[in-house]
Amino acid sequence: MNPMIDRRHLLGLIAGIGLAVSSTVALAQEKFIVVASTTSTEQSGLFGHILPIFTKKTGIQVRVVAQGTGQALKTGEQGNADVVFVHDRVAEQKFVDAGWGVDRREVMYNDFVIVGPKSDPAKVGGSKDVVAAYKKIAAAKAPFASRGDSSGTHAAELRIWKEAGIDVKATGTGWYRETGSGMGPTLNTASGMNAYAFTDRGTWLNFKNRGDLVVSVEGDAKLFNQYGVMLVNPARHAHVKVAEGRAFIDWITSKEGQDAIASYKIGGQQLFFPNYRPGGNS
Amino acid sequence: MNTISEAFLLSLQMMVRLDPELLRIIGLSLRVSLTAVVLGSLIGLPFGALLALTRFPGRNACIVVLNACMGLPPVVVGLIVYLILSRSGPLGTFGWLFTPAGMVMAQVVLITPIVAALSRQTVADLWIEYEEQLRSLGLTPIKAIATLLWDGRFSLSTAVFAGFGRAIAEVGAIIIVGGNINGFTRTMTTAISLETSRGDLALAMALGIVLLAIAISINAAATTLGNTARRRQGA
Repeated sequence: MNPMIDRRHLLGLIAGIGLAVSSTVALAQEKFIVVASTTSTEQSGLFGHILPIFTKKTGIQVRVVAQGTGQALKTGEQGNADVVFVHDRVAEQKFVDAGWGVDRREVMYNDFVIVGPKSDPAKVGGSKDVVAAYKKIAAAKAPFASRGDSSGTHAAELRIWKEAGIDVKATGTGWYRETGSGMGPTLNTASGMNAYAFTDRGTWLNFKNRGDLVVSVEGDAKLFNQYGVMLVNPARHAHVKVAEGRAFIDWITSKEGQDAIASYKIGGQQLFFPNYRPGGNS
Repeated sequence: MNTISEAFLLSLQMMVRLDPELLRIIGLSLRVSLTAVVLGSLIGLPFGALLALTRFPGRNACIVVLNACMGLPPVVVGLIVYLILSRSGPLGTFGWLFTPAGMVMAQVVLITPIVAALSRQTVADLWIEYEEQLRSLGLTPIKAIATLLWDGRFSLSTAVFAGFGRAIAEVGAIIIVGGNINGFTRTMTTAISLETSRGDLALAMALGIVLLAIAISINAAATTLGNTARRRQGA
């Protein structure tokens, strides 16, 4: 062995690591905010469409972490995001009431649809009444794939089961299947086993692996899905980037932001409908 | 059906076109995993060698735990590192959650036991061969470890490759710690996971083929380098 070579190699190695680590850390120096949001906004492609406009205007990078609504609110509660942008009014109100979020504003809505196999074993196709459709699916014991991940979509789905008076936990054995994952994976599962599924329209329109699935039920007012944005409370987490976070909230509720949302289309179809009303929020 | 052939075609197009976004994702994958391998080896190689050479009470238990840690589930490591780096966690002030630095940290935790366990075995075998000679030279334990690591460097490279393989392939830890942020913490594996979610199975598979091609090229390059060095040394 030659100790000289050994030492020189070691020095080179250490220098190399220093460079690699510092370049990895150095990236964190730009002006940015972290937005905890939902898979529906990310996977539908909406953020890819509107965020570059915001960044170009303000120079603020937006780092979107796409999670279920429940997880996104938790991320905000722990102070790991500056802004939370989700869709579950009840949970959002709880979040604000508990003092984790401030300045909640309603930004836009989209709608949910029920997709199911073309063969339509529960005979719900073309219906507008989502509660009646759920009753038929349960009566037929037709396979139904649920998110089962306490996301905003999952919460909305469960509210309709409740309204239909069906306890899926008790009676769903065999046909009601919780995937415990995001919208896309749940649609993959539904497509694989020809099951009905409750999904937001945006993710569905962007979804490629449809197999035999088509839209079965749509157009019920109960399928309306409101999105809200809020700042993580800086009084709870001092490191929250208040100025940049507010700039984002102000922009997305401004005419420019609202127009950007309205202009996002897939195959000519508008996915999200801006509906911010000044003073109309908590 | 023909998703697989479509994926092959798509992956070829990707490798020819070298789209800047794809290059950035590949770059981040390599940067994170290579940094983690270097750090993991820096800790794991000496630790493995030390464990091979020293005798102390509880050593066997230590080896059992270390070997078991080669199978650490990435998703569990991701969760632990997430909780540590969370603003509400012990290292929250660094702000490393949802950054490449946090991803490196998670992968170091995953890789170090692999490198340490495999190098312990290699060094233990070498020690049987070298013990008498090194003892007669009266080397200090640190010098003995350095000698063994240096002389076993070709065999030890397998341990390092195993660590790299684990790092470049895993998705469970980095998707939790990194958050799969577009243009910032998205890597090859988290992009594959995302495209699968979107139901674009052909694109996901094509990315998978590109990832495989990269892993094969890196291993081939390293093996060639190693063989050249070995030949030059006449070993």
